[in-house]
Amino acid sequence: MYVAVKGGEQAITRSLQLLAEARRGDLATPELTLDQIRQQLRLGVARVMQEGSLYDEDLAAMAIRQAAGDMLEAIFLLRAYRTTLPRFGYTQPLDTNAMRVHRRVSGTFKDVPGGQVLGPTYDYTQRLLEFESAAQGDPVEAAEPLPDTMPRVLDLLDAEALIERIDAGNDPEPVDLTREPLMFPADRATRLQNLARGDEGFLLGMAYSTQRGYAETHPFAGEIRMGEVDVLICPEELGFTIEIGSITLTECQMINQFHGGNGLPPQFTRGYGLCMGEGERKAMSMALVDRTLRCDELGEPSYAPAQNHEFVLSHSDSVEASGFVQHLKLPHYVDFQAELSLLRTLSAQHAQRTKDEESATQETSS
Amino acid sequence: MTSNYNFAFLDENTKRMLRRALLKAVAIPGYQVPFGSREMPLPYGWGTGGIQLTAALLGPDDVLKVIDQGADDTTNAVNIRRFFARVAGVTTTERTTEASVIQTRHRIPETPLREDQILVFQVPEPEPLRTLEPREAETRTLHALADYGLMHVKLYEDIAQYGHIATSYDYPVLVDGRFLTSPSPIPKFDNPKLDHSPALMLFGAGREKRLYAIPPYTRVESLAFEDHPFEIQRWEHQCELCGADESYLDEVVVDDLGSRMFVCSDTDYCGQRRAEQAA
Repeated sequence: MYVAVKGGEQAITRSLQLLAEARRGDLATPELTLDQIRQQLRLGVARVMQEGSLYDEDLAAMAIRQAAGDMLEAIFLLRAYRTTLPRFGYTQPLDTNAMRVHRRVSGTFKDVPGGQVLGPTYDYTQRLLEFESAAQGDPVEAAEPLPDTMPRVLDLLDAEALIERIDAGNDPEPVDLTREPLMFPADRATRLQNLARGDEGFLLGMAYSTQRGYAETHPFAGEIRMGEVDVLICPEELGFTIEIGSITLTECQMINQFHGGNGLPPQFTRGYGLCMGEGERKAMSMALVDRTLRCDELGEPSYAPAQNHEFVLSHSDSVEASGFVQHLKLPHYVDFQAELSLLRTLSAQHAQRTKDEESATQETSS
Repeated sequence: MTSNYNFAFLDENTKRMLRRALLKAVAIPGYQVPFGSREMPLPYGWGTGGIQLTAALLGPDDVLKVIDQGADDTTNAVNIRRFFARVAGVTTTERTTEASVIQTRHRIPETPLREDQILVFQVPEPEPLRTLEPREAETRTLHALADYGLMHVKLYEDIAQYGHIATSYDYPVLVDGRFLTSPSPIPKFDNPKLDHSPALMLFGAGREKRLYAIPPYTRVESLAFEDHPFEIQRWEHQCELCGADESYLDEVVVDDLGSRMFVCSDTDYCGQRRAEQAA
C-alpha cells in the first residue's frame, strides 16, 4: 500500500554525509592545504576570484577545496558569501598604465617601447605531460629589470589619431551590477561589468563565433598586459586617497578595423577586456565580445548572436545558467500531471477524429 | 540558529531594498518590479527569488511553511525550511492554518488562506510573454502599452489547432484589469484561488531579478474567450488516501505493471482530512 512519500529531511542528511566522505577521499592521503591550492593551482584560484567577483585568494582556495575542484561550484560558493559582505565604498578607477608588468605582448608591432615580455606563459610549452614533478631550481632572474611602468601600445596609435579616442571624463557614473538589476539597453560600462563576471567558456565560444563569420571584427591583439595594480580609495571621512593594497590584473586591448559609418571616419576601434588575476583567455574573449556588442553605436549591421546585447548579457553568468539548467532535476510532477491530462484529452480527440474520418471514407467507398 | 550571519541571512540594507520594491509591487498589482537580486546560497532556479522575499518578510515571531509541488517533505522544500531555521531560527510548520508566511513552488494550498497570511511564490520566468517575445526591451514596451495581442493570438491558435487552449500550467492571468502576469508554474487548477484572495500574494524571480504582487482582494482573470471559457483540470478519481474529490491529484506509479493511484498533491490538506476521518 502506498503511503505519501516522506523522508526528504533524512535523505538530505545522508546525502551530505556521503558528499563529505567523497570529497575527502582516502583518509590516509593528507588533505589539501589552502597554501597548496593558492600557490600550485593559482590559475584556478584566479578564475574563481574573477567570476566570483571577489578578490580573495584564501577564500577562493577554500571554495575550490570545498567544491572538490568544480570551478563553477566554487564560483557559486564565493558569490553566495559575497552577498553577506557590506560594501564600504568604491575604489578610484584602477590605473593600468601604472601596472607593475609581469607580462606584456603586442601582436601589432614587432617591438614596442618597454619590449615584448613573455613572462610566465603556457604559450610556448610543448604540452608534453611532465612525468617528473615541476622544476625546483633557482628562481629565474630577468637579464635586465623591467621598467616600473610601460607605455600602452594603443597610445602610439592615438598620437597619430588613427584610433578612436576614448574620453573617460565623459562617462556617466557606472551602475553597480551587483546591486542593481541589469536593464536594457545597457551602456558599455554595464556591459563590461557583465562580461567581467561572465563565464569564461561562454565568452570564449561567443568570441570564437565572431572569428568564424558570425559578426566580423577584424581584430588585432594591440596589447595584453598582466601585473599588479595598486588599489586606491578615498574615504569620505579622510578626504584624501589612500592605497589599500594591490591586485593582479590581466588587460587586453584589441584593435579592430572600422571602415567608417554612423558619421564616424574610418579608423581603428577598440575592444576592451579586463580580469582579475592571470586570465588571458578570458580577457581576450571579453575584448572581442565587447567590440561586437558596439555594433549599434558604430552603425554596423547586427545579425549575429555575439552582437545581440540581450542574448549575450542575459546568458553570460555561470551561476545563473548553472542553477537554471540544473533546476530541471527538481520535482515538476504537478506541472507534468497537468500536461499529462491535457495530452490524454488531445490524444483521445485525435483518435476519435481519425476513427470518424475512416468510417466516413468507408461509407463513401461502399 | 547560526550567529555568523545576520537574521535571515540578508543584511538589513538589502532587506530594505527588497521591502521598498515589494511596496512598489503592491502599489502596482501585477507589474514586474526590477530589483537588485542577490546571489543566495541556494542555486538560481531553485527558489532564490522566493527566498529573498521570505527573508525580507520574516520577523522572529513568524511561522514559516515551505511547500514544493504542494508537499512539505519534498527535498527542496525541506532544504529551504532548514535554511531559514538555521539563519533566522523561526518556527516552522507543515500546517497551512498555522503559518504566517508560506513559501511555495508550483502550488497554492487547498486550504483557503486568510488575511493574516502571506503566500510567497518562487518564479522561474516572470515574463508571461517571454516565449512569444524573447527581447526584454520589447516586452516591457508591450506591458507599458498593455498590448497583449501576442498572447491572445497564441491562445486563439491553440484553439484553432487543437480545439483547446493548450496551456495547462503557468496559465496567464490579467491582474486588476491591467497587467498580464505569470502566476508562476502552478497548474491552472489553482488559478481561481488567485482571484480576490484574502491573503497577500508575492512573487519573486531571483535569477531574472523581478518581483511582483497580487494584493488582497484583487481581481485576477485567467485569459479566455467568450465561446471558450476558462476551465480547470478535473479528475475521474478521488484521492485514494483521504477521498477528496475537489483537490489537485498526483498520479503515482505503484508497480512494475504501470498501475496508478491518485493522491492529493497538498500533503497537509490530505493529512488533516485523514486525521479528521480517524477521529
